[in-house]
Amino acid sequence: MAGTTKEGKGFVPKILAFSTNNISDPGIDLAGSSHMHYPPSVMVVSMPCTSGIKPGWILHAVEKGFDGIFIAADGEECAYLPDCSERASNIVKNAQALLQQNGYEPERIKMSAICSVCAEPFTNQIKAFYQIIQKMGPARKG
Amino acid sequence: MSDRRIGVYICHCGGNISDYVDVEKVRRAVQDEPGVVVAKTAMFTCSDATQQEMVQDIEEQQLDGLVVASCSPKLHLFTFREVAKRAGLNPYQYTQVNVREQCSWTHTDDYAGATAKAIRLVRGGIARTRLTEPLQPIKIDTVPRVLVVGAGIAGMRAAVGLADLGLAVLLIEREPVVGGRVAAWGAMYPHGKNGRQLIARLNEEIKQRENITLFTCAELVEKSGSIGNFNIKIRVGGNSGQGQEIITARVGSIIVATGFDNYQPVAGEYGYGIDGVLTLAEYKELLDSTEGKLFRHGREIKDVVYVYCVGSRQQSGENPNRYCSRYCCNAAVHASIEAVDKNPGLHQYHLFRDMRTYGKYELLYNQAREKGAVFLRFDHQEPPVVEKMADGKLMVKVRDLLTYSEQIDIAADVVVLVTGMVPRDNGSLVDVLKLPLGQDKFFNEIHPKLRPVETVVDGVFICGACQGPKNSSESVASALSAVTQSASILKKGFVELEPLIAQVDPEVCRWCGECTSACPYGAIEQVQYQGRAVARVNEAVCKGCGGCAPLCPAGAIDLKGYTDEQMKSMIDAFLKEIV
Ligand code: SF4
Ligand code: SF4
Ligand code: SF4
Repeated sequence: MAGTTKEGKGFVPKILAFSTNNISDPGIDLAGSSHMHYPPSVMVVSMPCTSGIKPGWILHAVEKGFDGIFIAADGEECAYLPDCSERASNIVKNAQALLQQNGYEPERIKMSAICSVCAEPFTNQIKAFYQIIQKMGPARKG
Repeated sequence: MSDRRIGVYICHCGGNISDYVDVEKVRRAVQDEPGVVVAKTAMFTCSDATQQEMVQDIEEQQLDGLVVASCSPKLHLFTFREVAKRAGLNPYQYTQVNVREQCSWTHTDDYAGATAKAIRLVRGGIARTRLTEPLQPIKIDTVPRVLVVGAGIAGMRAAVGLADLGLAVLLIEREPVVGGRVAAWGAMYPHGKNGRQLIARLNEEIKQRENITLFTCAELVEKSGSIGNFNIKIRVGGNSGQGQEIITARVGSIIVATGFDNYQPVAGEYGYGIDGVLTLAEYKELLDSTEGKLFRHGREIKDVVYVYCVGSRQQSGENPNRYCSRYCCNAAVHASIEAVDKNPGLHQYHLFRDMRTYGKYELLYNQAREKGAVFLRFDHQEPPVVEKMADGKLMVKVRDLLTYSEQIDIAADVVVLVTGMVPRDNGSLVDVLKLPLGQDKFFNEIHPKLRPVETVVDGVFICGACQGPKNSSESVASALSAVTQSASILKKGFVELEPLIAQVDPEVCRWCGECTSACPYGAIEQVQYQGRAVARVNEAVCKGCGGCAPLCPAGAIDLKGYTDEQMKSMIDAFLKEIV
């Protein structure tokens, strides 16, 4: 019965994207102003800097029903922390370990540097990530 | 469920939102969320009429939280914070939810999907707002004194400008004399005034102002504190022990005007190293020190070849300088006019890639051509070759793109490499000020157009050629904007900083010191709390990046506005069923 399983084509993954106020969020805004489309089950929450994301939030999001976490990172452009990329990749590693300990696939997290004019890269990447998660199926099994 | 009193406003934005999102459905879906007492839609939330209505609602309904679902916060965050303020609501209890750029406009193809997303986003905003607390901007009294680092034309002009606004100035210069690069220059365009005279005049102006204190052979060696109130240490008398003195002072802001270095060609680059191949700076020295015809080693100079873009617009090599140095085309054309004025019989050949004599300098370019200079354009993939000939003259071979890549051989007495600007090695200053460098290693501003002299370090400004190639008038213009920015902080007497900073819960902290090393700004200090050592965030120094928060093993650190509780309840609200 296609209706009872959330997997396969009919499955609409929910994706939480973390962006940053000054760098990736303007890029995501630009995607909108340019009327580029991506699935509306992608929700963006913006913070000052990628390095401030707590791995616990990611686990919480997945446990509560998000199927994928996309981190639109500051990368080299971070105005706060010169080693932002390194910090962010540590956060991703820790969050992946946390997911794994709790029985979720670490591939549910993806990070990519998105700059303030990265409208198209963001759209393409989030669409690609959406498809990957769609293939993986929902995070909460059963 | 919640004792908060929150007002929610959902914007049509004309039709920008409501054409793609069922705003009325969103309103109905959120009106019963815990804490919501007012839920309305509006055609244009930012219009005066709606702002007025919001003020009225806040006052009459005694709202203690406000959510506007409209455009990007980049557009109207401050507009609605002001609305809150006018109504007596703490502006930090306001949340803007972006349902235009990140919803209606990006899902123009999916009305139902966009509507559902808008509901989720607004619920998230309400959840966050429920957990807001009133915050006060951090207020810091400012010291009406400015440190200017570098006494070249930009730093000197900045000092005079600041002094005239009634601010005290500490002007420090690493070299024993003031004036920087410009002091060494002869006649400058457009009025033919020479650099020495310009600097002498500025120096006079400085001497006449009692509130400017100048130190030469001086360097900034330490900085602590924050915008409005920095403690600085200056080392005067060079870096070797004798006669050295350390001066401490307090300043409200710092202007960095450390200028540039001339590009130094490597041996063999366009024949550099062969006698007669000069950099632009060397050639100008020769020009400035000669009256009448030019001579070298007793021989009259009759043929000069200029090779442009040396050290600029490089496309290959290790760490290429990709930028245009922007002043060199003008400087070389100007020098060639000077040269032909000294000797009208001179033959001059300009080998260029693109002639960038912009603005009024275009007149100079015409003048040079009228005076007989020949301009040949080369392809950077086939650059001119400079060789020494048996008779001591130089031979320059170039393919001229303007005559269908014909090979042209020019015999020259002097080849001038039109060298550009490179960043200075400012290593120790960078360490002291924690200033970010761009990829080109010049100092970086926050925004090239909107905030061109401000840096990420609040209260530290940059101007002149330390920020990127500039000619002297551009340097002075940027120096004066740094003056204005400094004065706008210091003349008010206080600064207000965003209170969205990190906080440590002293009950949870068990002093491991992890966060102190995690903070590059040195914002976290050790204090005593109920007889134990705990971490505390210095609110004037914290930038609110949040970088320390995930690193605390005890989970004692939260970033205000992005606390654990807020983030988790937002996530929960995003996921609530939509009926
Ligand atoms: S508040 Fe923003 S979304 Fe609403 S009308 Fe004004 S510009 Fe448009
Ligand atoms: S990292 Fe956490 S526990 Fe350690 S000192 Fe800082 S606040 Fe305290
Ligand atoms: S939020 Fe950033 S600036 Fe503030 S204390 Fe933490 S790491 Fe330092």
